[in-house]
Amino acid sequence: MYEITHKKQLSENAFLMDVQAPLVANARKAGQFVIVSPNTEAGERIPLTVAGADTAAGTIRLIFQRVGKATAQMADLQVGQSLGYVAGPLGKPTHVEKFGTVVCIGGGIGNAPLLPIATAMKEAGNRIISIIGSRNKELLILEEDFKAISDEIIVVTDDGSYGRKALVTQPLEEICQRQPRPDLAVAIGPAIMMKFCCETTKKYNVPTQVSLNTIMVDGTGMCGGCRVEVGGKTQFVCVDGPEFDGHQVNFDQMMKRQGAYKDLEKKAMDQYQEHRCRIGLK
Amino acid sequence: MDITKLLNEMLEKKAKGELKAKDRYTIPMQEMPAQDAVARRSNVKEVATGYTAEQAHLEALRCLQCPTAPCIEGCPVRIDIKGFIAAIADGDNSKALEIIKQNSLLPAVCGRVCPQEVQCQEKCTVGKKFKDIGQSVSIGRLERYVADLNQSSAVPAVAPATGKKVAVIGSGPGGIVVAADTRRAGHEVTIFEAFHKPGGVMVYGIPEFRLPKAIVQEELQTLEKMGVKIACNFIVGRTRTIEQLMKEDGFEAVYIGVGAGLPKFMNIPGEQLVGVYSANEYLTRANLMKAYAFGKGADTPIAVSKKVAVLGGGNVAMDAARVAVRLGAEKVYLVYRRSEVEMPARIEEVHHAKEEGVIFCTLQNPKQILGDDKGNVKGMEVLRYELGAPDDSGRRRPVEIPGSEFVLDVDTVIVAIGNGANPLLQQTTPGLQFNKWGNIVVDDNCKTSLEGVYAGGDIVLGAATVILAMGQGRIAAAAINEYLKT
Ligand SMILES: Cc1cc2nc3c(=O)[nH]c(=O)nc-3n(C[C@H](O)[C@H](O)[C@H](O)COP(=O)(O)OP(=O)(O)OC[C@H]3O[C@@H](n4cnc5c(N)ncnc54)[C@H](O)[C@@H]3O)c2cc1C
Ligand code: FES
Repeated sequence: MYEITHKKQLSENAFLMDVQAPLVANARKAGQFVIVSPNTEAGERIPLTVAGADTAAGTIRLIFQRVGKATAQMADLQVGQSLGYVAGPLGKPTHVEKFGTVVCIGGGIGNAPLLPIATAMKEAGNRIISIIGSRNKELLILEEDFKAISDEIIVVTDDGSYGRKALVTQPLEEICQRQPRPDLAVAIGPAIMMKFCCETTKKYNVPTQVSLNTIMVDGTGMCGGCRVEVGGKTQFVCVDGPEFDGHQVNFDQMMKRQGAYKDLEKKAMDQYQEHRCRIGLK
Repeated sequence: MDITKLLNEMLEKKAKGELKAKDRYTIPMQEMPAQDAVARRSNVKEVATGYTAEQAHLEALRCLQCPTAPCIEGCPVRIDIKGFIAAIADGDNSKALEIIKQNSLLPAVCGRVCPQEVQCQEKCTVGKKFKDIGQSVSIGRLERYVADLNQSSAVPAVAPATGKKVAVIGSGPGGIVVAADTRRAGHEVTIFEAFHKPGGVMVYGIPEFRLPKAIVQEELQTLEKMGVKIACNFIVGRTRTIEQLMKEDGFEAVYIGVGAGLPKFMNIPGEQLVGVYSANEYLTRANLMKAYAFGKGADTPIAVSKKVAVLGGGNVAMDAARVAVRLGAEKVYLVYRRSEVEMPARIEEVHHAKEEGVIFCTLQNPKQILGDDKGNVKGMEVLRYELGAPDDSGRRRPVEIPGSEFVLDVDTVIVAIGNGANPLLQQTTPGLQFNKWGNIVVDDNCKTSLEGVYAGGDIVLGAATVILAMGQGRIAAAAINEYLKT
């Protein structure tokens, strides 16, 4: 169970994996995620969006960034080895219908959860404008995949090492100024990016969906650790989301909660790095 | 007096048929031996260490064997308490266990976590005689004693295969009982569990120091030896729906024992701050994910707290407070709106929490949680209450004292004010009837509005107890076995 059938390094810290999980592959819809752990016992439970699935092979595609110990352990696993477990699919699927023109904005590793949504939107007959960005050329992922499903694509990097030198909000603003206006925006990426995307689209009254990546434990509504304030009300990202009306989300608060374990996570990561050195992984 | 001597004296009288009620009354109630209160603050080992053979024997002799046995009526699953205590008094502990097991499948668990003082022991004639429930025969401790003696119980016999499949959703006490009882009838049984480890609240909620996980593991292993399959990481409603299980996967009967599982918050300002946890999250991080061993084999972090406020007065609140103590907090406050007598927690837990240094702040209620500029908890504004006139239920209602606000200096707040019903199955199971609180509606046989679908435990009763979940499991299993006969 949960055997890794394919693995690819997308950039310095981004990895793609296909993992055996036939039931999840069957049930999953765009926008849903899974909880995975690199090992079965006391490993951390991490939420990852299902970036795609192959129902015939019974595999799901996960794309993740090496940020902490658990993801570093995952990145060290090879084809033929297995994850501790995969549970899901979790969360509400994206509401997909024909809206008209949909702008899809992805930042960094956020391009991974954005891809299945953009794909589903395309399949529903929407015109897709993709804006995908990253800090630099090295970190940009999934450009080809987005090209394949987009009617128009804009690539930006913070440092201008590839595509246009801009933040995603700049082309977004230009697109919002076009007539007719886009019917929907979908923004996924770091919280700060989603926050500014929402501020931009709000000015032009373009409805905007965001997919939130809060800290989670169970992923089933049991702990409340994933809670955010949306429209002044407490919502659980794992069961009420992960997608919300971006104009209603209290991003500032969410960003603070995301940083809750920064120091402890760093400690775990340092320990793991030391362990990797000792056992001779580079 | 020396306990060995006393026991021998009593046994001698008993042998001669001369042991009278007045002799029994002279036997002091046997206290539960426990780990030293200071030492246990820094370990997660079980606090109550269990009766010795002599203590158990003596305690059993305190039972009057009164003709009416009102204790049995106080037991939600009607264990023959009088009978099992008589067996202990006769020195036949395995018979005692056999008697208990006729009605309860998890005596080692129930002996530890049942609220005996509002069940069997509340009715005990000995307690009545002394006008003190604390002097009742220690039924729970005796139950635990005989259960612990016989940890390696034989695997129950399984009837010849019926070829019928039963799905059990949730591996809490209710689910475990249903799985055992339907498997014994020869059905093919699969338990589906959302978490990566089975056991329900007994594993992720109730801490090791109160209920060693090895006990639950043992029960689950027995199930597996009987041939019950346990599918973890399987979220019914998401991975597969109940409809798919029944229509496509061949399950003819389903038991829903998914527990309560949706934490309530106070809805006061500041609840989104970093350092505010639901008890579910705090306990899950600590118990299931073993955050107490963070950096030493476990990878799930938990706040490193110095001063913790726990809101609530039930078992969950006590557990959270005592976990905080063990995780190294210097001060742990338990903030409760009513007075101590109203606390729903087991008396023993209240007692242990106090011994461990938890500071009880009764007749107090938070108004808001205060944060610093980084969004971390830096204090909690609390309002004092006093007891006012009795309400309809006869309990004196707490009323706030205007202007009595003060700030409690804390860096972590744990909300333990109960759980609502998780809406996942409601959202994904058309035709299944729920009440307005989101609990599943069942009849006397624990049958739901859907054919072949039964439910019990916290998802039906609201947050309840292990024994009630188990009791409903028994009823549901009997009904399922009956249903599958046709
Ligand atoms: C901290 C704490 C302390 C407690 N202390 C006591 C005590 O001292 N004495 C006492 O009698 N009671 C106590 N209780 C209450 C008692 O634990 C519960 O009443 C009892 O466990 C309920 O049993 P259950 O069978 O309904 O299921 P639960 O034990 O709640 O288990 C339900 C299981 O179902 C799983 N599940 C949920 N949804 C799904 C799904 N969709 N698909 C698959 N699986 C799913 C959950 O992950 C869980 O493992 C306490 C509760 C808590 C939280
Ligand atoms: S992750 Fe626990 S409630 Fe959402």
